[in-house]
Amino acid sequence: MHNTAIALVQLGAVFFGLGLLGKMAWRIGISPIPLYLIGGLAFGQGGLVPLHGIEDFTHIASEIGVILLLLLLGLEYSAAELVTGLKRSWTAGVVDIVLNAAPGAIAALILGWGPVGALAMAGVTYISSSGIIAKVLGDLGRLGNRETPVVLSVLVFEDLAMALYLPILTAVLAGVSFLGGLSAVGVSLLAITVVLVIALRFGKYVSALVDSPDPEVFLLKVLGAALLVAGVASQLQVSAAVGAFLLGIAISGSTAENATRMLEPLRDLFAAMFFVVFGLNTDPASIPPVLALAVALAFVTTLTKVATGWWAAKRQGIGRLGRARAGAALVARGEFSIVIASLAVASGGVDGELAALATAYVLLMAVLGPVAARVVEPLAKFTRKRGTEPATA
Amino acid sequence: MNVEVTPLPGIGTRQDFMIRAGRRIGVITHRDGKFELIVSSKDDPDDCSASIALTPAEAGTLAGLLGAPQLVAHLEEQHRDVAGISTRQFPIVPGSTFDGRTLGETELRTRTGASIVAVVRAGTVHPSPRPDFTFTGADLVVVVGTAEGLAKTADILDG
Repeated sequence: MHNTAIALVQLGAVFFGLGLLGKMAWRIGISPIPLYLIGGLAFGQGGLVPLHGIEDFTHIASEIGVILLLLLLGLEYSAAELVTGLKRSWTAGVVDIVLNAAPGAIAALILGWGPVGALAMAGVTYISSSGIIAKVLGDLGRLGNRETPVVLSVLVFEDLAMALYLPILTAVLAGVSFLGGLSAVGVSLLAITVVLVIALRFGKYVSALVDSPDPEVFLLKVLGAALLVAGVASQLQVSAAVGAFLLGIAISGSTAENATRMLEPLRDLFAAMFFVVFGLNTDPASIPPVLALAVALAFVTTLTKVATGWWAAKRQGIGRLGRARAGAALVARGEFSIVIASLAVASGGVDGELAALATAYVLLMAVLGPVAARVVEPLAKFTRKRGTEPATA
Repeated sequence: MNVEVTPLPGIGTRQDFMIRAGRRIGVITHRDGKFELIVSSKDDPDDCSASIALTPAEAGTLAGLLGAPQLVAHLEEQHRDVAGISTRQFPIVPGSTFDGRTLGETELRTRTGASIVAVVRAGTVHPSPRPDFTFTGADLVVVVGTAEGLAKTADILDG
């Protein structure tokens, strides 16, 4: 009984602390993710106050956090939106991949982390945080702007790219050969095609399977289905996250909207736990040595994302200010970079420093992203008034 | 009018059009049913100088306010052949005499000769309201009558 009391007090303190951090973060206009990570770094190994006795819970809670993050990412766009998005924005999507995956991959190769590390770091620097970006666009009243569909279609493409990338990464991390890697690509392409076809043609049946007019029944069914699919996927070596993600894509229409509304608070709770646990498992002492590199990477990938947005917006006939806004909006990286890093670290197939670099990188980018989106307009106007080169940052 | 419909993946739909004043005006319909009124900025047509969140009820009221002139114009069209008859709309000011009282109590027909042909409330048109129709603040009352009758109506409803 005494142990239970201590565990409850510790958990309560963690959640309450995270609540205070989250409140503080949105008040100053940044995402709470970096603060959660710092919270995790402060506790845990090498931190100020080590936690004891709740590791079992925090471990499974963070796993559920990843599953919910990916499930809601899948729910975010309907299959039809994904397909039209793919048709419309694939060129911008390819530019996005080339420009933003390359810096991460090159950094990993320079550090001697090998092709596996390069693949993981490529994902970390590539994937924008759709959560942070959607929130920032809404907060700044830019949903009606002409460049916003451009930004969203880049995010849609990244969403699809994740569906391909995650199974490949999982296979490569599991140490399969080059041939095995190729078959993983084949299997994941097949899986996505099947899921998209199911979602487009038979989406209502999948939705009907989990749908229920009673919120309680609905919540239990959706959550249960997500954990079941994730568990089976994990058993098949496809990674739990990918399974949940594909389930999210398959659920569509009003069922998807209701599921999103219902699961959002749960996701926020468990995802916060996931960030804390990731921070917990990262030794704070490992951050300073990689800090300079993280800053350099942040600098380069800010420019490459701005260039991506600028280019994509220009193709749609958006003016200079709008192009700058589109570019700056895409800068934020967050939850999915951490998900990729945690998959890589958990497999043990990559250098331990990767976790430290990813943490430092996301700490910078999750703060920098919303700030960039805010300051880009005054900055661009200022540079134009001065008659110098048009702003790109 | 050429209304452009743009899907916003993950958010909803944007419907907007260019007005003669050179600005883009429109509505974002969120997937969860919320509305947002958007007006593009003067010096940057890509940007929005206002995006105002509206509840469905508020959007309905706004639509009624903007739609009422069209209703009046429509009625005007119908009465054009009858000389000396015109149509006008009068708002029921919240807290004024007839806020909360019935149409019958205005005795409008007897006192002015004009008649109430419709009431616009929160975006919905109530045609040919009966004498027991109860007014509430912010209703728009559409009245048909002679110029003199309409002038008297204004005095009564304003009182």
